[in-house]
Amino acid sequence: MLSRVADSLYWMSRYLERAENTVRQLDVTMSLMLDTGGASAETRWQWMTAALGKPAGLEWNGDMDAMARTLVFDSLNHASVTFCVNGARENARQVREEISSEQWQRLNRLYHQMHSPHTQTQFRSNINDALASVVDGIHLFKGVSDTTMIHGQGWQFIRLGRYLERAYATATLLEVYQPDLFQTHEREHSGYQYLELVGLLRCCTSFEAYCQVYTADLVADRILEFLLLNEDFPHAIRYCVDGIRDAIESIQRLGGRRPPEELIAVIGRLHAMLGYTTIGEILAGDTAAFLHKIREQCMCIHGLIYRYYVHYSIQSALAV
Amino acid sequence: MLTPALPAYGATGSYSSAPIRPFLIAPLAPTCYKLKNRVQAGCASKPERDGCVASALQAGVQPSRLPEFAVKEIQVPMSAGPPLEMDSLFGDYPLDQAFDEMRERGGEVRPHYRALAETLASLPPEELQRRKQSADLSFLTQGITFTVYGRDEGTERIFPYDLLPRLITAKEWDCIERGLTQRITALNMFLRDVYSDAKILNDRVIPRELVYSCKHYRRQMRGLQVPRNVYISVVGSDLLRLNTGEFVVLEDNLRVPSGVSYMLTNRRVMKRTFPQLFHSYGVRPIEHYPQLLLGTLRSLAPEGRPEPNIVLLTPGVYNSAYFEHTYLARQMGIDLVEGRDLVTHDNIVYMRTTDGLRRVDVIYRRVDDDFSDPLIFRPDSSLGCGGLFNAYRAGNVTVTNAFGTGLADDKAVYAYVPDMIRYYLNEDAILPNVKTFLLGEDKQRQHVLANLDKLVVKAVGESGGYGMLIGPQSTARQREEFARQIEANPRNYIAQPTLDFSRAPCLIGNHLEPRHVDLRPYVLFGDKVNIVPGGLTRVALEKGSLVVNSSQGGGSKDTWILEQ
Repeated sequence: MLSRVADSLYWMSRYLERAENTVRQLDVTMSLMLDTGGASAETRWQWMTAALGKPAGLEWNGDMDAMARTLVFDSLNHASVTFCVNGARENARQVREEISSEQWQRLNRLYHQMHSPHTQTQFRSNINDALASVVDGIHLFKGVSDTTMIHGQGWQFIRLGRYLERAYATATLLEVYQPDLFQTHEREHSGYQYLELVGLLRCCTSFEAYCQVYTADLVADRILEFLLLNEDFPHAIRYCVDGIRDAIESIQRLGGRRPPEELIAVIGRLHAMLGYTTIGEILAGDTAAFLHKIREQCMCIHGLIYRYYVHYSIQSALAV
Repeated sequence: MLTPALPAYGATGSYSSAPIRPFLIAPLAPTCYKLKNRVQAGCASKPERDGCVASALQAGVQPSRLPEFAVKEIQVPMSAGPPLEMDSLFGDYPLDQAFDEMRERGGEVRPHYRALAETLASLPPEELQRRKQSADLSFLTQGITFTVYGRDEGTERIFPYDLLPRLITAKEWDCIERGLTQRITALNMFLRDVYSDAKILNDRVIPRELVYSCKHYRRQMRGLQVPRNVYISVVGSDLLRLNTGEFVVLEDNLRVPSGVSYMLTNRRVMKRTFPQLFHSYGVRPIEHYPQLLLGTLRSLAPEGRPEPNIVLLTPGVYNSAYFEHTYLARQMGIDLVEGRDLVTHDNIVYMRTTDGLRRVDVIYRRVDDDFSDPLIFRPDSSLGCGGLFNAYRAGNVTVTNAFGTGLADDKAVYAYVPDMIRYYLNEDAILPNVKTFLLGEDKQRQHVLANLDKLVVKAVGESGGYGMLIGPQSTARQREEFARQIEANPRNYIAQPTLDFSRAPCLIGNHLEPRHVDLRPYVLFGDKVNIVPGGLTRVALEKGSLVVNSSQGGGSKDTWILEQ
């Protein structure tokens, strides 16, 4: 498939994943702020923005409502949900002939939803419902993507974008929360700490899934284990890395060209890091460095995908 | 079953119709089965059919279980009032000198429009509105839009359309088809000649200076061998019908004619809006156009490339016809590429894919000459691909339409097309031209300048209704402005009489009103000339307006070419 098309599909997918992540984090942060104990509103906001990569224009200014509004609706702010949805739609528009009509219609609807005055009014009166309906829109899009699009290279690039973005976002989130949560090894939690841990899990929609594996006994290191090393939960980093590996293999199978050793090696290393390390070893070592390494590897994978599939030099391609 | 046979998958393509689910269609009432076969064989009489329908209805059969012809016929008695309420339909429907597609001068409906008029009269107004809304929705959800230049807001618009089809009889079509075939053949020979030996210029049939002063003349094309000698493989010519009832050619579009996707999507929507009417009329199909186009492109592939890689080159998402580019690419199953997807190396064009570079053999080009190759044409454009022209010159890639074809649709060269036909084919033009004044000639220019208020003045190289003065509807200031421009650069303009071209009924509110229409059939030219029986009928939706271009507030109609 055309490199430009693959690039657009990849970014369409990344933007939507990013929008979803932002919405979820905002939702959790806002609801944690309702409880007066624990961290202050300012600290929470700073944690959240740190987990979103410290975007500009969203520094704490005390006006919670205005900041939340910026994060959702400000189409000029590169971290806002609207900006991400616009980006996804613009990418989709450029490859209109490659995606299914259903995908296009869903994405178009989401786009119009973000720009409708109704959503803004709803946001003022009931922020949770407004955020939930945005997430619904994104979920619907993912659903029709999986059911109406041919699972060829294009679809694999969509998966690639989704998993890479998700792995990166989860690693960032854990890196931000890890110093405060995981360095206390107390088994007993006050009610506030419990809420804190639930919030972290809910940022990754993983509260219920965690309970199924570990029961509702929330323990920091188990949460870390779950979000890092679980192989069956779609928001766990290990699952995402497996997804990336699988997508690259499928792209190779469908296209016939073998991915470069370099790319295979980076993904393999990340896969091994998450597959053959126990949580005990991670906690005994430098946890922050471990998490940081995951992020670095993700960026490296992104760079290699670009260098190999999108912006390759003509000389290298002619030499093959 | 009840649905008319659908064309094979691929003709209308995956994008087109929802999958048919036969089990959802009510089975025919038993008494109708036998009859249906006879109707199809064409041997059931009208009383026989009526009898069947009546007995089926008496027996309590739901109308949905009757065959299609029966449903159509029982609709008539269901409507209120007398069966043919033509007067209310033609509320304000002036007839004058202009040819009316539907009614004769005396007011009676032309025979081939009668079934349409009857259907309209029989439908309650709210039913017509309902169908209109459902057709609207269909256009909306498919995102059938075009972009208007020069406006900031709302640049993406739904293409306006009219719900009623324009009908053309088999006899009329036959003349159009023969006329266009003749015309395109001659135009192609003209291009071949001008870019090689230039015999027609040496024989002084067409003035040399006219050709060499044309801004679309490309000297780079001199002496270049194009595949199969085909310069213009995709053509859309604009026809008008004069008040004598005869069709004339207003202009030829030999560069990158657009609009064919509207022809195809109009048809899909109309089939859903008036299924019974469509069926009973016996309309010739057009849905195979993408397949024919693909075949045409394949036939032009460079030699030694049995499985050519064919692509459609678009200027990108901001082009007014981007929808059409995506539509055609999808319908043909070929890649839609932009200039930045292409690279050339050693005079071979490649596209960048995720599996490396892939050689390109045929480019269906929807980018103007000027923007196609910055090394040869405009150096400030990045829409095309550097090196494309040299690869083309080397014969390693076919680009179609060829470069420099704009020469033959120059509005001043147009005046000589009947002479070309005589010169190359030794025939008289089947489709006449519109009388055209060449402003380069003193006598004609003086006549035009004295009569600016009666004439239409057009810039020779423009299209899309831009750069035009319509005398009778212009202000004195506009005329002065044009007179000045003509004096400054007479070669750049031509003038034509203001034509009173034909009008067709359009649904305006709840009744019919006549509006001016033209017709753009689409011609394909590969190993032979192919014209799908149909075209885009463009409508000047504003009352009294003579401009049908979509960029100037025009709309479109589905065009039904009848079998008989």
